[in-house]
Amino acid sequence: MRPRPRVRLGAFLAAGLAVAVVLAFAVAPRASRQPDGLARVARDEGLGSSPDGHALDDTPTAGYAVKGVHDDHLSTGLAGTIGVTVTFALAGGLFAIVRRHHRSPGVDPGRRDARDPSPNRVGG
Amino acid sequence: MAVHIPDGLIEGGTSAGAGVVAATGVGVCLRQAGRLLDERRVPLAGLTSAFIFAAQMVNFPVAGGTSGHLLGGVLAAVLVGPYVGAVCVAVVVVVQALLFADGGVSALGLNVANMALVTPFGGYLAFCGLRALLPPTRTSVAAASGVAAGFAVVLASLAFTVEYAVGGTGGASATTVGVAMIGVHVLIAVGEGVITALTVSAVLASRPDLVWGARHLGPDRSSPAAALGLGSAR
Repeated sequence: MRPRPRVRLGAFLAAGLAVAVVLAFAVAPRASRQPDGLARVARDEGLGSSPDGHALDDTPTAGYAVKGVHDDHLSTGLAGTIGVTVTFALAGGLFAIVRRHHRSPGVDPGRRDARDPSPNRVGG
Repeated sequence: MAVHIPDGLIEGGTSAGAGVVAATGVGVCLRQAGRLLDERRVPLAGLTSAFIFAAQMVNFPVAGGTSGHLLGGVLAAVLVGPYVGAVCVAVVVVVQALLFADGGVSALGLNVANMALVTPFGGYLAFCGLRALLPPTRTSVAAASGVAAGFAVVLASLAFTVEYAVGGTGGASATTVGVAMIGVHVLIAVGEGVITALTVSAVLASRPDLVWGARHLGPDRSSPAAALGLGSAR
């Protein structure tokens, strides 16, 4: 007995990704530019960071801006969209691999039924 | 958009130590993720990670010219469980450091430890405690995740303070830094709680069966229609 799904999984995932892309592409460029909590405390208390800046400051998307795109909003929005895509692919791929890896060597058949995760597997 | 610890703020030995803790912790979580994930939750976990990346870009203003953004550890833990959720946040932190130069590469272990381990696990414990005190409804799950998410942000700022006390390079005392960090993050915690509760509510409204932290809810107790006996029997 599980709560019943209201929408299909594919539709849910598509909607979720759409929300993430809208946040990254359209909302993030208009978000607050004030220093965040840690940056503010670091500034107020005179905490240093490396004078050389970030080791990867030369990458094409460093600082959430796509090199060569001069419109600030577009640059941030594109960088965010790239980030959403890469994060989804990387996390999804990683989870698909660890799941397959776990299942391959002699796992008990009861665990193979992915559609019915039994309550005693919960832990955590 | 850098909430993350930059290079050079915490000295190398402490950063390396945190790196070992972070790598071990994420390794354990990956093993558990392989055991716990079912077919449907693989893409959901990918989505959770992508959503947290996007939401972390949206800084909201808090008092006094400061901003905050979602950390997302409790959101991930409630949606996909703390082990899978920790890996979701770790992927975000790694992508931010390597692709967007946000958060130092030498501080990666510190940032993963704070945002991907302390926040999801500490927050999930708080969530479970709160959930046990509340009636078994969707509203309770959303409220408990919001409060736990706020608590977890303060916990993360505390973790930073401990790291600063051990290996901070600045001149300010750990007490001063700790008071300032916790003061700012109490405000950010409110935003974290609201965003987490709203997101959990939205998922509960559409796919309650996917929410890890709501597995204890049966179909009959979770919606007002069902409570009135209008739910379909299945």
